[in-house]
Amino acid sequence: MTSCEYQQIDPQALPTPTPAPPPHHGNDRDKREEPKRPRRKWQVFPGKNRFYCDGRIMVARQSGVLPLTLGLIVITSGLFFIFDCPFLVKHLTSCIPVIGGGLFVFVVITLLQTSLTDPGILPRATPDEAADIEKQIDNTGNASYRPPPRTKEVLINQQVVKLKYCFSCKMFRPPRTSHCSLCDNCVERFDHHCPWVGNCVGKRNYRFFYTFIVSLSFLTAFIFGCVTTHLALRAQGGKGLVFALQESPGRYPFNHKRVLKFLSVFSLISPSSNVPMLSLTQPPTAVELVICFFSVWSILGLSGFHTYLVASNLTTNEDIKGSWSGKSGEGVTNPYSHKNIFINCCSVLCGPMPPSLIDRRGFLPTDESVQTAGAGIELPPLAAKSEINVEVKCLDFAVSCTG
Amino acid sequence: MCHCFPLKRFQRTQGLVPTAADGNMATEFHNLQELRHSASLANKVFIQRDYSEGTTCRFQTKFPSELESRIERTLFEDTVKTLNNYYAEAEKIGGQSYLEGCLACSTAYLIFLCMETRYEKVLKKIAKYIQEQNEKIYAPRGLLITDPIERGMRVIEISIYEDRGSSGSSSGSSSVSGSTAR
Repeated sequence: MTSCEYQQIDPQALPTPTPAPPPHHGNDRDKREEPKRPRRKWQVFPGKNRFYCDGRIMVARQSGVLPLTLGLIVITSGLFFIFDCPFLVKHLTSCIPVIGGGLFVFVVITLLQTSLTDPGILPRATPDEAADIEKQIDNTGNASYRPPPRTKEVLINQQVVKLKYCFSCKMFRPPRTSHCSLCDNCVERFDHHCPWVGNCVGKRNYRFFYTFIVSLSFLTAFIFGCVTTHLALRAQGGKGLVFALQESPGRYPFNHKRVLKFLSVFSLISPSSNVPMLSLTQPPTAVELVICFFSVWSILGLSGFHTYLVASNLTTNEDIKGSWSGKSGEGVTNPYSHKNIFINCCSVLCGPMPPSLIDRRGFLPTDESVQTAGAGIELPPLAAKSEINVEVKCLDFAVSCTG
Repeated sequence: MCHCFPLKRFQRTQGLVPTAADGNMATEFHNLQELRHSASLANKVFIQRDYSEGTTCRFQTKFPSELESRIERTLFEDTVKTLNNYYAEAEKIGGQSYLEGCLACSTAYLIFLCMETRYEKVLKKIAKYIQEQNEKIYAPRGLLITDPIERGMRVIEISIYEDRGSSGSSSGSSSVSGSTAR
């Protein structure tokens, strides 16, 4: 009984890619496996995500406009602290930079958490699971064309809900789960894919997202208010509009006097609009004003919309599709709602934090890397793919043995 | 408890009991090969999720027909019901979860980086319970439960192993040996 015989029947030896010819000793087996470091699961993750810091941080493949979002927030807040805070601290109170600083830190942290957290990705079905599901639904056995969309109906709180089959992940999607085409993952309680945040918003990071937009609306409203107060104080502090206009004549290289004259006409029509005029003399403040003015309405609107969704325990996806609005028929109500606004809010925002199901930092067990090869050569294959893989690997091994 | 199934050898193959790390590698290797042949995977049964009460984690307690000859119905149902209770406890929304949520919100959720959440604590209890069930009830009957967390909480995977009989035999196909099973 030579040691070669052991290797012939050992499935673990089959897929090992050996750069050097494999030594034919039983006790060298662990030496051969040592150079091959165990791989982490994120390295073989099938979705379109990118991983950093050895799987600790994950982002979607397309980061969208996340750098823009971060840049806008940092620049606006930076300008606020540098140009407005000194004036306001002198003339009002020193609480202003403290509040502003706190809000800024809160916003940045929640933004990063929304972007870098697993939104609730469902790992794809294992080959055995997929085969089992196929067995259950395949009646005709006709595999020549893609069969019609498969659905399964379940009764949730006396409401009929259709579960769709996901062809990419090879499983029936649980309720409220949707497949994001940008990330190529099924995400639980899928809300939407947010380009501003560069990630999907789902079950695990919805509370971060909600906290982010609410705190951002507070921050933009706060900065907007402070900037307006700053300019108003400046106007009052000086001799009004004329003083403000004459304050720094040489600041602008271009001919701004015509622009100011034009705008001064506007100021006569609406005497309370000194603020736009004044802002021209403080360019950083002007920038902040413009950014905040446009952001505050859109962010406040978004916060209001999501507050409504949280209170009725809906997702953006369901709201857009009108799944529970009664369009499709009568008596269609949201089966997930607790029928109480307070309980809905608490369950969505303060509920228990579910764990990440993809276990990206876990190690691939050595026998799982050969899982596709089946548990052994002689075993009846549970999926056709595993049979083919075993044959290929056998052939490779045979070639390497003779070579 | 049925001892007909070679429990210890089976447990060693599945890593439930640590094998001898040192010693004669060649002999140990030979034994592992023998074990792989003696306890081979025949089939897998998947217990699906039960969505009748919403998206909370619950598994169906319907007894699968493939397990009829392997395990008593009551034992199986007890296991699934206990698992369902554990998951319900993990996902319960009540005083403690609200407190945890509010505290987390006030720290900008940074507390999740340092603290173990209640869900994770319950998951550890579940893992321990499953291992205990495997050792005491399922492995002696040639079955093995895989923790649902390793399958994305979609299914409870129960692997059915067939005992090939005596060591050294390398039969081409697995056969249900009714006489030796009980």
